[in-house]
Amino acid sequence: MKLLVCIKQVPDMESKFKIGTDGWYDREGLAWRMNEYDEYGVEQAVQLKEQTGADLTVLCLGPEQVKETMKKALAMGCDRGVHIADDQSHLKDPYEIASIIAEFARDKNFDLIFTGMQSQDRASAQVGVMVAELMGLPAVTTIVGFAYADGKVTVKRELEGGVKATVEVAPPVLVTCQLGLNTPRYPTLPNIMKAKKKELLSIPAADLHKASGLQETAKIEFPAKKGGGVFLEGEVSTIADRLIGILKEKTAVLA
Amino acid sequence: MKILLVAEYRQGKLLDNYTELLAFAGIMGAESVMFTVAEAAGALPNFDGRLYLAEVSQAGEYNPETHRQLLLDVVEMEQPEMIVLSHSSYGWDLAPRLAVALRAAQISEVVAVEDGQLVASMCNGKLRRTLKSRGKITVVTTQAGAFSPTDAATGAPTVIPVGGAASGKVKLLGYETAKPGGVDLARAEVIVSAGRGVGKPENVAMVANLAKALGGEYGASRPVVDSLWVEHNRQVGTTGHTVAPKLYIACGISGAVQHLAGMKKSEFVVAINTDRDAPIGDVADVFAVADLKQLLPILTEKLQAL
Ligand SMILES: Cc1cc2nc3c(=O)[nH]c(=O)nc-3n(C[C@H](O)[C@H](O)[C@H](O)COP(=O)(O)OP(=O)(O)OC[C@H]3O[C@@H](n4cnc5c(N)ncnc54)[C@H](O)[C@@H]3O)c2cc1C
Repeated sequence: MKLLVCIKQVPDMESKFKIGTDGWYDREGLAWRMNEYDEYGVEQAVQLKEQTGADLTVLCLGPEQVKETMKKALAMGCDRGVHIADDQSHLKDPYEIASIIAEFARDKNFDLIFTGMQSQDRASAQVGVMVAELMGLPAVTTIVGFAYADGKVTVKRELEGGVKATVEVAPPVLVTCQLGLNTPRYPTLPNIMKAKKKELLSIPAADLHKASGLQETAKIEFPAKKGGGVFLEGEVSTIADRLIGILKEKTAVLA
Repeated sequence: MKILLVAEYRQGKLLDNYTELLAFAGIMGAESVMFTVAEAAGALPNFDGRLYLAEVSQAGEYNPETHRQLLLDVVEMEQPEMIVLSHSSYGWDLAPRLAVALRAAQISEVVAVEDGQLVASMCNGKLRRTLKSRGKITVVTTQAGAFSPTDAATGAPTVIPVGGAASGKVKLLGYETAKPGGVDLARAEVIVSAGRGVGKPENVAMVANLAKALGGEYGASRPVVDSLWVEHNRQVGTTGHTVAPKLYIACGISGAVQHLAGMKKSEFVVAINTDRDAPIGDVADVFAVADLKQLLPILTEKLQAL
């Protein structure tokens, strides 16, 4: 069995963002990490590899720096990495990104492809499904449960209001992973060392880039501050006193 | 402009989020037609216009390949400039399939329309962007709650049955619903919630202690529940509970839209967060810029001494 997991490197959302000059957020001075949703994808793929002895490739599109994030996936248990080198990936739309991935994956006979349900920065929730559609594979989104047995995949899709749907599908299939699907492992030191020796192939995105984008970001900006709440800053004891004062004045809960 | 709206049907019921799609179409000043997979003999959307209806008994509730094909047939007949779905588990699953089949741009989770252009938020609400489609047809999903209908929907649709053999490789086996039980957050007048900012499971106790000192209950954001630090029936948000207590204190919670959806109707909101720019600030009446590990014990102690 052959597995592929697609991951993305995203900025830490606690970062202080600045508007960049290239029509995106400024990518300098940010802390980068693996997209949270993809961590669940990697963990599920590694678990399936452990269960079946499958071969597991991790794929990531982006500039040179994404290799750091790929190393984490390798240390979690992926067998090899494919880095699609692209300094401009942040300016490509979901359709272009999906086309590049599909172009790479098309003739590789992957039985299962895992992606996150969305990325933390764009949250478009498109790339995974688009990859599947471009490859003519079935896709199941937003999974919070996964089992593989007797040649069949059974997943739980998370719906709204505490409801889950159980869905069955036979590979080849692509699934998009939701938060809480599993408990992503922390790479151990020996595995981090081993990961350094694993194959990490680089392919220029231009070799796979055949589609053109369908949309553009016309403007990126900070949202207008809503709320107009009071900020309390400084020494914690003073904050506590002021907060209690406000609660007494504005709410009935301390009455 | 003509817009094709996609209404949802699940577990034997038409969902009422189609009214948000109508509100969106109203803002766009567009003529609307609708599509749904439902039961012709059951409740239909309150809407004056053409409703293309595929029988759920044939097309299935979750059968994305079939639903995609049915929609493509309607697109062929109606030639809309936009197809609009809710950004829901149904919508975000189906929309990219349509976009690929039509080679159309998809603009996801739209929160506003400004000067006729679509705006979506990014980076957990810290930034927003205006998107432009390059094609003749655009697939759009709208954020839950972003477009509220001003009036109750009225009208009766002209039903146009559509169908075709159900196909598709995925099989829906059934549904399961979270068991109720344990704490009833909806009844608490004060809720103090723990977010990922608590750092480790031991620190949930600080949040629980503050809740107790205020005579309330403690809740949590999703990552804290996913990490199994707090049980699921305390989760606040779209995939947890919707609450509206007199006082809601968010400790180490960034304020993702899915969390806000569950608590923004609270009467008074306090945020405790080290990040002054955290989007929870949008709904907070008081924002304490502080490390919760330092503030919570002192605050609890002072409240106990009152
Ligand atoms: C379909 C879907 C459904 C979802 N449903 C839900 C839902 O029902 N409920 C929900 O909550 N989420 C839900 N989510 C997840 C949501 O998008 C966010 O990922 C989640 O709400 C983030 O939780 P958080 O704020 O606790 O964590 P983070 O976003 O990681 O924020 C942690 C915050 O803690 C602050 N912090 C860190 N250290 C400290 C400290 N020492 N003192 C004070 N502050 C500190 C940080 O500044 C940051 O703002 C859903 C997501 C999806 C895609």
